[in-house]
Amino acid sequence: MAAASVRPRIKLDKKEAKQGELVEVKALVSHIMETGQRKSADGQVIPRKILNKFTATVNGKEVFSADFEPAVSANPYIQFKFKATESGPVVLTWVDDDGSTIVGEDSIKVL
Amino acid sequence: MSISINRRQAFAVGAAAVAAAALGQSITPAFAANNIDEMTKKFTGGATPIAGKVKLDLPEIAENGNTVPITVTVESPMTDKDYITDVIVLADGNPNAGIATFHFSPASGVAEANTRIRLANTQNIVAVAKTNDGKFYTASKQVKVTIGGCGG
Repeated sequence: MAAASVRPRIKLDKKEAKQGELVEVKALVSHIMETGQRKSADGQVIPRKILNKFTATVNGKEVFSADFEPAVSANPYIQFKFKATESGPVVLTWVDDDGSTIVGEDSIKVL
Repeated sequence: MSISINRRQAFAVGAAAVAAAALGQSITPAFAANNIDEMTKKFTGGATPIAGKVKLDLPEIAENGNTVPITVTVESPMTDKDYITDVIVLADGNPNAGIATFHFSPASGVAEANTRIRLANTQNIVAVAKTNDGKFYTASKQVKVTIGGCGG
């Protein structure tokens, strides 16, 4: 769990949901998302360094995931929904090119 | 309609690149021909996606190509028997066609995702969705970019 200093910002549109109701998740994380296309002042290509994988689980079960390419903006923003079926932690994980991960957590209560 | 035009253009540029290479001239691939056809084929396994069901929500004109909001929505009941598994988002004018791939399941409840992307210049954005029974749907949209977003 490197890059622990990065704290993703996560917002769920509701704390409690009825069975089967859709919950919207918005998440923002600080990251340079270096494309590997840019060159530094001395003409050297700046190596690629992006968050290439995003996964969201609710109570341990995957509800949404995404693969990112360098065309995703710096400080990547992601918004998605899931169907509330059980209460539990909502865990969001981003995987860096260097193998480190950024993890953020919230929770949902299903009534 | 616009998709077939992209493909044709992409193919024409690709053919030009091959011709140039054959003549021993060096050409820079960036911003000329990208791998959108290859990426689409890889995703669909060669199948031709049907236009429809996919909705791409992007601004007509993006002032800043560094961060362009995009929402992809695919019409689907998202039940255990009928749902969208993956949606790939591609751009035909970036150095690399790939932007992002979203993975859904019935637990997603709806096949919808929003993110922010980089666009190097005015170009077409294409989304291709895959259903659990192996059908492919697609949509595309042109975005005019005022300031490119790939650094220099």
